[in-house]
Amino acid sequence: MVDPPRPKRRFRQPSVIPGFGLTFGYTLTCLGLVVLLPLAALVAKASGLGLSGIWYVATDPRVASALKISFGVSLLAALTASVFGFLVAWVLTRYRFPGRKLVDAVVDLPFALPTAVAGIALASLYAPNGLVGAQLTKLGIQAAYTPVGIFIAMVFIGLPFAVRTVQPLIAEIDKEVEEASATLGATRWTTLTRVVLPPLIPAVLTGFALAFARGVGEYGSIIFIAGNLPYVSEIAPLLIVIKLSEFDYGGASAIATIMLGISFLTLLAINLIQAWSRRRFGYV
Amino acid sequence: MSDLSLTAAAPVQEDAANEGRLVRGLLIGTAVVFLALFLVLPLFTVFAQAFARGVGAYLEAFSEPDAWTAIRLTLTVAAIAVPFNLVFGVAAAWAIAKFEFTGKSLLITLIDLPFSVSPVVSGLIYVLLFGSQGLFGGWLQANGIQILFALPGIVLATVFVTFPFVARELIPLMQEQGNAEEEAALTLGATGLHTFRTVTLPNIRWGLLYSVLLCNARAMGEFGAVSVVSGHIRGLTNTIPLHVEILYNEYNFVAAFAVASLLAGLALVTLALKSLLEWRYGAELGSRARH
Repeated sequence: MVDPPRPKRRFRQPSVIPGFGLTFGYTLTCLGLVVLLPLAALVAKASGLGLSGIWYVATDPRVASALKISFGVSLLAALTASVFGFLVAWVLTRYRFPGRKLVDAVVDLPFALPTAVAGIALASLYAPNGLVGAQLTKLGIQAAYTPVGIFIAMVFIGLPFAVRTVQPLIAEIDKEVEEASATLGATRWTTLTRVVLPPLIPAVLTGFALAFARGVGEYGSIIFIAGNLPYVSEIAPLLIVIKLSEFDYGGASAIATIMLGISFLTLLAINLIQAWSRRRFGYV
Repeated sequence: MSDLSLTAAAPVQEDAANEGRLVRGLLIGTAVVFLALFLVLPLFTVFAQAFARGVGAYLEAFSEPDAWTAIRLTLTVAAIAVPFNLVFGVAAAWAIAKFEFTGKSLLITLIDLPFSVSPVVSGLIYVLLFGSQGLFGGWLQANGIQILFALPGIVLATVFVTFPFVARELIPLMQEQGNAEEEAALTLGATGLHTFRTVTLPNIRWGLLYSVLLCNARAMGEFGAVSVVSGHIRGLTNTIPLHVEILYNEYNFVAAFAVASLLAGLALVTLALKSLLEWRYGAELGSRARH
């Protein structure tokens, strides 16, 4: 007897559906030309500078302070967005109240509102003579043209990420588990912190990471309210724009590379969180 | 309390698995006030400031020819970038959702990449390619081709930042729907294109509309990336968001907010249609869009 031919390892499983070559080729061409080639230009520029060149730019006091502000404030803003995002997601999935659907739609506003529009609106609201800014000034807080303003803008743009990553998981929680916990004598607080919250932690962390990454890279909604004082309220993306306007492509690329590096680490962290969550809880 | 005697009345048990009325009210109140203060108030401000000096002053912002150039440029850019990403998204979703091949998840990650890149960096990479000191800068200059500080650069940067929108909506949707209907059509003798038009397209139409809506909103509103590649030539390479920035920096607040109110209106229409699609056709949208 002749052995049946061994199945060859193929790149693609056979299918009766046509069009793979055409659509796959077109996808790769677009991806290559629009995304990969330009990003490769940045990688090429950065490797031309070398690690020492990037380090030289990063340790420049003005650049270092801009990076510190971008990452530091974004961390705080993402934390705030996560806490309030969780609250909003909980209220929207668990409670029924008039206007709930409207509130749910409002959450996506920062996705839909162009960043420049959000930027000038926030700046005029929080300016010392603005609607909110005047009240804050009475309390001795100056929001506009300080890191507080950057914080407010970053919470604004980060909030939808925090809400939308947690919301579907809260909806999926089996109510019976909570009832079991209550029947076994746990107080509501114990049930929430020991039964409900732990499986939601990966989603909260993912939302946090997404809000953080968005905050670090954000430009339009921040620059108007920040006032852009060097060493005080100047963010890293703005410094890239300034370096470009001085035709300092190297300096701009160095800052961009540092920012890209951090966002890849954040992306990696998200994937690790999700892989861990899949092992631990069986879902993302 | 560890009262397991089951003598407790039903309402008490239900309360044990829920927050009390007071806590519930407090949580709802906090969430609504927070959203109103942080999200709705800025939107309200746009319109309040735009009409701060009456309708006359509002309309005056649109008597400026530069405003109309900006509006025309934004419409042109969206009219090129959105269809491009629509065709790309459908092709990518067809290849990824209908076939099994090696390296699929890597391909999806690469398509998603523009979402995790800062808008400013998205502009920067095109400057590095086409700028005067860029990779192709010398060659472009020698041949008299203008990409940066002109329409092609703005379109490219916009295509980059909106690149994943259609694909990432359609991929999960088409994966969920499977291949059975297409296979049936093909077995019955339909051609590939005919199958796509009469079987696949009707199945994905709401998802397609949903993603085009979001893609268009981002394309018309993009600021950071476009700001880097446009060169801010007034009356020539300024899109609506860039025009808003210039007016604002000139302390021409009423005009700035008047022009901005166009974009805020677009955002409101987008949100309304998006919510409508989610309520009405939630089951026919990609899983990412449903909540």
